[in-house]
Amino acid sequence: MIVVRPTPIKSRPRTASQATRHCAMVILLFTLVGCMVSAPALKKAASSPPGKTIYRYDQNPFPSTYKPYPGVPTLIRNVTVFDGEGGRIDHGAVLFSDGKVVEVALNVVAPTGATVIDGTGKWLTPGIIDIHSHLGVSAPPDVAANDDENEMTAPVTAEVWAEHSVWPQDPSFGRSLVNGGVTTMQILPGSGNLFGGRSVVLKNVYATTVQGMKFPDAPYGLKMACGENPKGIYGEKGREPSTRMGNIAIDRETWAKAVEYKRKWDKYEKQGGDPPDRDIAMDTLRAVLEGKILVQNHCYRADEMANVIDMSKEFGYHVTAFHHAIEGYKIADLLKANGVCAVVFADQYGFKLEAYDGVSENLALLYKAGVCVMIHSDERNGQQRLNQEVSKAVAAGCRAGIDIPDEVAWEFLSYNPAKALGIAERTGSLKPGKMADLVLWNGNPFSVYARPDKVWIDGALLFDARNPILRPMSDFELGQPGEGVIK
Amino acid sequence: MRSILATSLMVLLVAPVLAQTTAIVGGTVAIGDGSQPIEQGTVVFRDSRIVAAGAGIVVPPGAKVIDARGKWVAAGMVAGFSNLGLLDIEEVSNSNDTHAMKSSFGAAIDVAPAINPASAVVAMERAGGITRAIVSPSSMESIFASPTAMQSIFMGQGAVIDLGIGSPPITRARAFQYVELGENGARAAGGSRPAAYAALHDSFSEAQDYDRSPRSFDGRGKDSLIKRPDAAALMRVVDGKTPLLVHVERASDILSALALQKEYPHLNLVLVGAAEGWMVAKSIAAAHVPVITAGLIDLPEAFERLAATESNVGLLEKAGVVVALSTINMTEPEQQRRLNQQAGNLVAIAQMPGMTGLDWGQAFAAITSRPAQALGMDAQIGSLRPGRQADIVIWDGDPLELTSAPVAIFIDGQPQPTTSRQTELVHRYMNPVRGNLPKAYECRGGCAGPVEITHDAGP
Repeated sequence: MIVVRPTPIKSRPRTASQATRHCAMVILLFTLVGCMVSAPALKKAASSPPGKTIYRYDQNPFPSTYKPYPGVPTLIRNVTVFDGEGGRIDHGAVLFSDGKVVEVALNVVAPTGATVIDGTGKWLTPGIIDIHSHLGVSAPPDVAANDDENEMTAPVTAEVWAEHSVWPQDPSFGRSLVNGGVTTMQILPGSGNLFGGRSVVLKNVYATTVQGMKFPDAPYGLKMACGENPKGIYGEKGREPSTRMGNIAIDRETWAKAVEYKRKWDKYEKQGGDPPDRDIAMDTLRAVLEGKILVQNHCYRADEMANVIDMSKEFGYHVTAFHHAIEGYKIADLLKANGVCAVVFADQYGFKLEAYDGVSENLALLYKAGVCVMIHSDERNGQQRLNQEVSKAVAAGCRAGIDIPDEVAWEFLSYNPAKALGIAERTGSLKPGKMADLVLWNGNPFSVYARPDKVWIDGALLFDARNPILRPMSDFELGQPGEGVIK
Repeated sequence: MRSILATSLMVLLVAPVLAQTTAIVGGTVAIGDGSQPIEQGTVVFRDSRIVAAGAGIVVPPGAKVIDARGKWVAAGMVAGFSNLGLLDIEEVSNSNDTHAMKSSFGAAIDVAPAINPASAVVAMERAGGITRAIVSPSSMESIFASPTAMQSIFMGQGAVIDLGIGSPPITRARAFQYVELGENGARAAGGSRPAAYAALHDSFSEAQDYDRSPRSFDGRGKDSLIKRPDAAALMRVVDGKTPLLVHVERASDILSALALQKEYPHLNLVLVGAAEGWMVAKSIAAAHVPVITAGLIDLPEAFERLAATESNVGLLEKAGVVVALSTINMTEPEQQRRLNQQAGNLVAIAQMPGMTGLDWGQAFAAITSRPAQALGMDAQIGSLRPGRQADIVIWDGDPLELTSAPVAIFIDGQPQPTTSRQTELVHRYMNPVRGNLPKAYECRGGCAGPVEITHDAGP
């Protein structure tokens, strides 16, 4: 376990004025954004008791440097619009400008100089948000050198952050943009550990650093896992956990420590004195207990999800979402009552025993019960077809007598994941003032025959099927066999 | 419409098995031979065989008539490269007969006796429209298992099966031999491709020795590279009686595999994988070698697949190669019933600038007759052409569309259930609220319809 003791700012060599000059250099070399968020590692508490100097550790030491690319005011009209929040406009229009959605209506007047696109026969939707992606941390080619997804050396690795594994040159980012219309994704550590580590939310815009892709100010997530993976991996190593009861036991011991860590730091930040030992893993769990980091919990079986819900109440945290939730349909009422979202596959089942009871109607049954439910990929090929996965799940629901209109179904692809990531105020639906993250599809995106025609992120056109220049290619694929062919 | 169909099927399900002729009328007919769908078509089958399918077909007098207006009547899907019947759950090794890394045998391994048609997986895949499957032993281990040394580059002999109830599952046992000659082959052979080729040549040479003098063949010794039954199985490969499915992905590996035909002129090659096949499509076409691949592989997931593209299938087809779809290289858990999604996507990309896909008829053939053709069995299965086994799926819409599902299934002309374990679970939990008894008391014995309990058709 890494333990870092914070250094009081008064002992640090840099004075306030030096820090300012440092910032000024940052402005010159990088951007204003880079400067604004490059705060010192320790900050003076806003409300220190008189006569005492109390410091807080940096909550954001790897700040986003993402900056939207330039776009032009664009009006798409005569297009079928799914607004992402259940709204639909046939032959509608959407205007965006300066990276933001401006107007969504039946008719919108084109401002002077705006690019006007005729969307006849096409569909316009919010960009897809994949809440469960492993791009960058498990990047192709699948060789050991690229396997940075699971820190499987201990069952509790809350100290690791997925962003430190993300390889921004993963070719999969580009594929999920051009074939899948994915504009935002949460990169999670794998499910080998009980506490897998922090997630990171990325904009699907290539950069040479992960900081350059980070969704500005998106809350972090904490990946947790139930079931076969942790108990199997550590059981094989001859150590705890080797059973499901071992899983929960270690979880509870860890949360008990986190509660104590939080108590010590809360006390210090209120009353001063000697700062407690810094523990990077516990920093993350403390932020979970404060509600600042959202728990994204891999779990398959109904009974295990119920155990986790009770455990969250015992220690005072909230599970934002169960991921995979193969048996979610068996406890839809429990998930609804506890305000826990379900992140599901369309029809994957049976690849392991805890997935044996997977049904294609899962998503529809959860929706019918009023659960906040959404689709996810969990892997790089499925991430290129999330719209198709929703289509299959909705069709299965329809055959079971659950009617979900297409425009409502789009919530499973953008608005619900945005909510479960804590970014729904800024993206996930086509509402004025929100990020202009949009996909223009060449047909109904719930048909197998449809593909993205254009994709905008923050109003910048980053894919155009008709313009070979507007198609990303990662460094890895440059100069490789097949470079010239569209993939 | 649905109720008419359901009633007809109910009658079929309870009727005794007698020689009879059935005509499915009024639906859009998809024959599966590469032709385009035919609206208002008719499919006639007698007992287990197709009599006729298409437009303008007269319903024979006395035929049982099934009204399929508003529906699609299509050839059943044929899984191009699967493990159906060889496992219940991939990651439960006790239930998984797909690979035998520690076996002393290689080429001799024969999956046929291990096929279990009662697996819940088989029922699920059948309900999704899969009626036949190419079943292969595998070199792939569970992603969660630790790597184990393999004993042979030859994985053994695969089978072609049907997914029907009430009849033996094997359509053809020992239908092919499967060999690894790419990255997996290198690993199996001890670490390199050259070692894999050395093992291949030596194994073939041993097989020829065995063929010349079975009695003097030392195939029982501890140090024998191959055993006697391995040699016998490989001799059938060398003389071309058994097709050899070669798993290679890289363009250079494909050319090396094709070059084997110079040294072993009778080899009956089929390429499996072939993600970079499009780069050497002309050579593959010239060699008349079919390809079993996947439709949606577009990432450099291995160094042997750096040039993977969704256009691979379309470009191979364009070059004149017989191409079948399969789940090989798919990173999502294998589901044969979603082969139609792959095929549909290949139709989709045909519309995309700069990409090469398939037309509807080609795409549907890639999941029906083409897999059969790859093994030289398209005269028996894989389409609704006269004389083929009557494997027919009636869909509630376009079989390649995501929203469509089978509403009736026939295998060898026999009606099949469209239910599975999953159907039962959904019925049980349609209403999650607490009832007068625990959920464990609901749906026992099948509230979604009668459950078939035997696969034994008798001697």
